[in-house]
Amino acid sequence: MPHQRRTNLTSVPIIYTSQEQIEVYRFSVPVTILVPLVALFFQVFFPRQLPFFSIFELPLLIVIFFAVARRSQIAGLLTGGIVGLLQDALAGQHIGMFGIAKTVVGYGASSLGVKLDVENAAARFLVTLFFYVVHEIVYFSVARGLVGLTLKWSWQHELGSAFANAILAVPLFMLLDRFKQRT
Amino acid sequence: MENLLSRYRNVSILVAVLFAQVLGLAVQVRRSTENESSRLIRVWAVGAVSPLEKVIIWVKGGTSGVWHNYVYLRGVRQENRELRDQIERLRLEQVRMREDAEQARRLQALLGFKEQFISRTVAAQVIGSSGSDQVRSFYIDRGTDDGIKGDMPVITADGIVGKVLRVFGGTSQILLVNDQSSGAGVILEKSRLQGVLRGTADGGVILDKVMSDEQVQPGERVLTSGGDRIFPKGLNVGTVTDVAKGKDSFLKVRVKLAVNLSKLEEVLVITQQEERVPEVTETQPARAADILAQRLPSVPDKPVVDPKTQAAAADVAAKPNASPAVQPAPRKAPDQTPAATAPAEGAQRKPVSSPGTNPSIVPAVAPPPTQKPDTAKPDQAPEAPADAAPAEDKPH
Repeated sequence: MPHQRRTNLTSVPIIYTSQEQIEVYRFSVPVTILVPLVALFFQVFFPRQLPFFSIFELPLLIVIFFAVARRSQIAGLLTGGIVGLLQDALAGQHIGMFGIAKTVVGYGASSLGVKLDVENAAARFLVTLFFYVVHEIVYFSVARGLVGLTLKWSWQHELGSAFANAILAVPLFMLLDRFKQRT
Repeated sequence: MENLLSRYRNVSILVAVLFAQVLGLAVQVRRSTENESSRLIRVWAVGAVSPLEKVIIWVKGGTSGVWHNYVYLRGVRQENRELRDQIERLRLEQVRMREDAEQARRLQALLGFKEQFISRTVAAQVIGSSGSDQVRSFYIDRGTDDGIKGDMPVITADGIVGKVLRVFGGTSQILLVNDQSSGAGVILEKSRLQGVLRGTADGGVILDKVMSDEQVQPGERVLTSGGDRIFPKGLNVGTVTDVAKGKDSFLKVRVKLAVNLSKLEEVLVITQQEERVPEVTETQPARAADILAQRLPSVPDKPVVDPKTQAAAADVAAKPNASPAVQPAPRKAPDQTPAATAPAEGAQRKPVSSPGTNPSIVPAVAPPPTQKPDTAKPDQAPEAPADAAPAEDKPH
C-alpha cells in the first residue's frame, strides 16, 4: 500500500519542498496569449490618459505571476523574453533591453516559485518588490553597459515604484488566480 | 558533456536566450539604421495595439463631444461675449503686427534672405505612449498613408513637440524633445546665442553648447534656429528658467518647454516646408537705408511730411472702411526683430479639427497676407512706410 501511494504521487508534477506540497498550475491558450497582450496595451495606452499610471509595470507583474504559478524555469524565461521583446518594440527602443531584464526575472521568479510557497498576499508583495528592483537593475545595466544610454538611477524613485507595483500585484494576482487550472 | 547539459538544462537555455538577445542588441547598436527583423517585430506589435487605441480614442472623443457640445453648455454665452471682445482686440493688434511683418519682409527681400515657410501640415491625435519612463515618445493616428515621413517636425500652437521617429501604415511614433536621445537647434531670442536643446534623464530639457562666458538671463525666450534642418526657424520652444556653470566650460541652461508634453491630445506634423525669398507688393522700391533708418533708435521719430503724402493720407482717412483705432507701429531696436515671422505665425495656428472630431489634413499655412492696410500704403509714404502715422492721428 505505501509503495502504491508513492507511485501515484510521482506521476503528477507536484513538487515537495520542506515537506510542503506546492501545486503547479497551467493556463489555457487564450489566457496565455491575451493576458500579456492586454497588459502591454494598458501599459502604452493609460499613461497618456492618466500620467501617474506610468509608474506601474504591468508586463513585469504578468511575467512574475505566470512564472510563479507555472513553476517552470523554461516557461518563465520564455514568457519573460517574449513579453519583454514586445514591450521593447512598442517602446521604440533597442529590441532586447526589456527582453533581457524580463528573461532574468521570469527565470528567477519561477525558480523561487519552485522552492517557496508564494501564494499568499504577503509573499506576493515581497516577491514583486524584490523582482521589480532586480528588473530595474538588469535594465539599467543593459542600457548603460551595452547600449550606452545615460539613464539616471534614483533609489527613491525605484523603491517608490517597487512599492507601488507590489501593492498593485496583490489584487491583480488575486484576479488572475481565477484563470488558473490545476494540472 | 551530454550529462552535464542535461543536468544544467534550464541554466543552459537561460544562457542561450540571454546570449541571443545580447547579440541582437549589439547588432542594433552597431548599425545606425534599423534592420528588417527588428522592424518586423515593431510593425506586428504596433499593428496589434494601435487599432484598439484608435477605437477607444474615437469613442472617448465622441462621448466628450456630445457632452460638451449638446449637454454641458453652462457659461457659453458669457464665454462667447468675452471671445468676441478678444477678437476685436486681436484685430487691432493684427493690423499693427502686419505692418511690422511687412516691413521685415521688405528688408529681407532687399538683403536676399530666404525664409522657411510651413506650406503643409497634417493634424493628428495622440493615441498612446511608449509605456516606459525611460523612453519619451508617443504614438499618433497618422502614418505613411497620410504623407508622414521620418524626421518630420511635430508642433502645437504653443511650440515644438518633437519629430517623427518611426512611421507605420496608419500610425507614427513621435520622439519628444525631452527624450535623452533628442536634439534641436535653438537660439535665444534677445542675446541671439545658439545652442542645442537636449533632453535630460529626469524629463527636463537643457540648452547645451553655450559657452560659460556668455550672459544668459532667466526668463529669456528660446526659439528654434533652423540649424538642425528639421524644425523651421523661429518656432517657440520655451523660456530659460535656470543658468548654472556646467562642465567643459559650457553653461548649463535649463529650459521650461512652452508645451506641456504630458497633456498633449492633438499635434500638427509639418509635412512640407519651402524656402523662398519673401514676396513684396511694393510698387515703388524703398531704399535699404530708409528701411534701416526706421529701425535705428537714433533717427528722429517723424520724418518731414511731404504735402502730397499728407493729402493722400487725408484721402485714406476719408474712406469709410478705414480702421479708426490704428496706432503707429512702435519703433523697435534692431535686435528685437522677429527671427522669422511666417513660420511662427504658421505654427501658432490651431488645427482645424475640434477636440473629439477626427482631425483632417490642414491646408497650407500660408505666410501672412502681403496686402497692406489702407491706412499705411508704402507708395504714399515711401520715406517711412512703417511709421507713417495714420491720418486719424494727425491734426487736419
